[in-house]
Amino acid sequence: MSKVHVTTTVNGDTVEFLTDPRETLLDCLRDKLGMTGSKEGCGTGDCGACSVMLDGVLVSSCLVLGVEAEGKTVDTIEGMAKGNDLHPLQRKFVEHAALQCGFCTPGFLVASKALLDQNPDPTEEEVRYWLAGNLCRCTGYDKIVRAVLDAAAELRGEAA
Amino acid sequence: MAKDEYKEFRLVGTRPDRPDGLDKVTGRARYGADIAAPGMLWAAVVRSPHAHARIVRIDTSKAEALPGVKAVITRADFPEGLTGEAWNMQENTMAGERALYDGHAVAAVAAISALIAQDAARLVEVEYEILPHVTDVDEAIKPDAPVIRAGAADATVPEGMPPNVVRYMEFGHGDLDAGFAAADLVMEKTYKTEATHQGYIEPHACLGQLGSDGKGEMWVCTQGHWYIRKMCTDVLGLDPAQLRVTPSEIGGGFGGKTTIFMEPLSLALSRKAGGRPVKVVMSRAEVLRATGPTASASMDVKIGMKKDGTMTAGKVVFRMQGGAFPGAPVDMALYCAFAAYKVPALHHEGFDVLANRPRAAAYRAPGSPMAAYAVESLVDEMCKELNLDPIDTRLKNAVRDGDQSSYGPKFGSIGLVEVLEAMKAHPNLQAPLGPNQGRGVASGFWFNHGGDTSVSMAISEDGTAQVSIGTPDIGGLRASIALMTAETLGIAYDDVRVNVVETGALGVNEPTHGSRATFASGKAAVIAARQAITEMCRRAAAEWGIDAEAVEWVDGAAQPAGPNAGKFPPMTIKEIAAKMSSTGGPIAGHHESVPDGVGASFGAHVVDVEVDPETGRTTILRYLVVQDAGRAIHPSYVEGQYQGGAAQGIGWALNEGYIYGDDGRLQNPVFLDYRVPVASDLPMIDTVIVEVPNPGHPYGVRGVGETGITPPLPAIANAIHAATGARLRSLPMNPPSVLAAIKALG
Amino acid sequence: MSVTVHLWSGLRRLTDGAETVEVEATTIGEMLDALVVAHPGLGPLIEAGVSVTVDGEMKPSRHHAIGPENEIYLMQRLRGG
Repeated sequence: MSKVHVTTTVNGDTVEFLTDPRETLLDCLRDKLGMTGSKEGCGTGDCGACSVMLDGVLVSSCLVLGVEAEGKTVDTIEGMAKGNDLHPLQRKFVEHAALQCGFCTPGFLVASKALLDQNPDPTEEEVRYWLAGNLCRCTGYDKIVRAVLDAAAELRGEAA
Repeated sequence: MAKDEYKEFRLVGTRPDRPDGLDKVTGRARYGADIAAPGMLWAAVVRSPHAHARIVRIDTSKAEALPGVKAVITRADFPEGLTGEAWNMQENTMAGERALYDGHAVAAVAAISALIAQDAARLVEVEYEILPHVTDVDEAIKPDAPVIRAGAADATVPEGMPPNVVRYMEFGHGDLDAGFAAADLVMEKTYKTEATHQGYIEPHACLGQLGSDGKGEMWVCTQGHWYIRKMCTDVLGLDPAQLRVTPSEIGGGFGGKTTIFMEPLSLALSRKAGGRPVKVVMSRAEVLRATGPTASASMDVKIGMKKDGTMTAGKVVFRMQGGAFPGAPVDMALYCAFAAYKVPALHHEGFDVLANRPRAAAYRAPGSPMAAYAVESLVDEMCKELNLDPIDTRLKNAVRDGDQSSYGPKFGSIGLVEVLEAMKAHPNLQAPLGPNQGRGVASGFWFNHGGDTSVSMAISEDGTAQVSIGTPDIGGLRASIALMTAETLGIAYDDVRVNVVETGALGVNEPTHGSRATFASGKAAVIAARQAITEMCRRAAAEWGIDAEAVEWVDGAAQPAGPNAGKFPPMTIKEIAAKMSSTGGPIAGHHESVPDGVGASFGAHVVDVEVDPETGRTTILRYLVVQDAGRAIHPSYVEGQYQGGAAQGIGWALNEGYIYGDDGRLQNPVFLDYRVPVASDLPMIDTVIVEVPNPGHPYGVRGVGETGITPPLPAIANAIHAATGARLRSLPMNPPSVLAAIKALG
Repeated sequence: MSVTVHLWSGLRRLTDGAETVEVEATTIGEMLDALVVAHPGLGPLIEAGVSVTVDGEMKPSRHHAIGPENEIYLMQRLRGG
């Protein structure tokens, strides 16, 4: 099957790749662009480990084809920190021990940032329902939810 | 060391950021599938769609002819003549004469891209002759059930047992008849649990390379890379020392990554493809169909109890299927069944039964959650019948230090009473309950484990330290090892770097399993650090010209031990390290052992639920975990183990379970249908860390990883009963089954 | 020196009905070897791997010293997740 040339913007950089039309955006990020921060946990859109922003919308990149990224903007976990300055969510996840194995963590961070970008002051229940598309098998979610609420407070300028 | 001799700690018990935190929040940490190699090929596996079938013929010619395909393998590419466990592993890796379960591998392909490999896998033609199958344990144990494998029973199985019984166990103590005769109430019930999967979010992945000279390398997500090395080389007939295995970061394991599945395929494909590295990444469906879920169980329990709650006798008969190979954890389930109770007469009997399902692997406290579901449910039923408080009844019968355990040997220092007392004092017990709400209590037990352990550490030129461990870090282990090493050396936490190293760098290590890593690698790291301290004291003594015995180590420095040793200012680790090249060379320590001093762990949970009488849906309102950690080295990660164990137990209790159709095929091999708990299913999970120090560890550590999954199954069943009056004696307690049980009450 | 070993009762078949067995041994290794000599039927099980507890504690080394005063149990090999 002949491949398709795709030009897209990932974390602010213009990138190009050739993709088989059957390959997902996740495959392209990981195997063609070397951006392995986004993970495949299921390949069916159930676990959220591959969460990225596509033109500002939170998506499971395993449910998007690589060819669909043409001309669009993709933001991944690799672009969340600005240089050495971690996003408050990243810092709070470490401080709260909100990760154990860490495999689901990139997806949770991308999804949590999408939440706080549109709702800076979520309730615990809003955090839990927003993150219901991200599976974590290690933590029971307790410390993840606390980290997100604490990061939100910091971003609002409130003392934790 | 007596319990009250523990000193105040400088670092142990604090909560610093984990050393691998930055890598894991930035996406830089490299897991199993996150690596590529020059010349790399991709693999795809052909799997049986049948539960039980004779493999009549495999034709690989069309697959081999597809451009880009570099190797196709079947069982014919594996050595013959293996026996025992090596044969079991080989047979599970790649089917021989018969496919034994839905998903059993029958061939594998390596090609220049993942898509070509998948296309080629579809071109492999397999002709099957379908055979009768059985997937339910109670069906599989019948004398006329389809025979999975004749002659698979080991020496424990007496003559005349049904053909699928492959291991048998029986033990007990006391006069059972007299015990039941002395009871005011005797109850006997049967409970069933369905198989569940560990559900780690990272699918199995590896990158293997094997040359025609028998030398190979592997990168793999695993709980134990020496196990991978031994198992792969056993299955392929290789020399273990020639295979170098490097562990990736691991995206969860819970016991499921302590054995091999497709790892030998990458090596066999690589060898056939001229030594090119081959990457194998499982899909989620492959993980659910063809890795190692836990056993399913059918369990009879009988207990005798006096009116005051005193237990007089207990009897259990457990039947477990662990797939088409021996290894259901029925022995450990029996050992755990009454471990929390001191009962004068007990009898345990268990059957390990073959069935047409994937081979069970360990899953967090293997066997214990099933046993607890049966025994802790019946204890609750009897407490309700006799109008007794469930915590007081557990306290009345609780095992204490020195008591004979239900499985034989005497307990050492244990903390069950302390756990139950801490639970009684917790405010969650006072929370008011509304209509359709109920509270459930249960306790749980795990032995914990020592295991082969090898650790080395070295002092750097500036007095900082590096520690090499062989137990992969799944949940903050590097932080715990760094805390204990820094505590011992008297240096800062940030001055210790902990590396999880490959098989070439240390002696054999068992996996991070059995709740052993913080205990065993931690104990070895402390002993290794003490060796380095002895050497540093010797160097200081030589500089001062005094006896080494006259030097002691205090707060990261050598100093004369008492006024008679001489007057010298303390010589710090930095000063000693700076001069080490000119005082005798590198300073290091290492320790290899199978550590004893393992401390058993008890826990107890309280859960409040609300059951919707219209739908049967159970909502967890409040959840409390109380567990003895011995000593919490990094309390945040101890809490994390408690919370994670509880969440997995909640999933097992309420939703998770393997669903097999009449055709013997797994019907729910995706996360949409195999539904693990999500954030909106759970409340915050409250924890209390009880610390009854383990005298067998320098800092008092007991393993904490496994016990927490044990109490949720019965605690939730007990809470649902309290809320509805309906007793669920089969898992999962999902909305349809709870609704049916409520309706059956009339 | 004679030590008493507690077996699980399912093994009685292999030990002529005995649930505790006395053998001459000063170490765990000697004890396991003596058990197999006295009751060859135990050989495959011990070969496959068993756990030994001494006074309530798992003792993994064949060289661990034991005596008549010790409480010794043979158990199925324990594993974990």
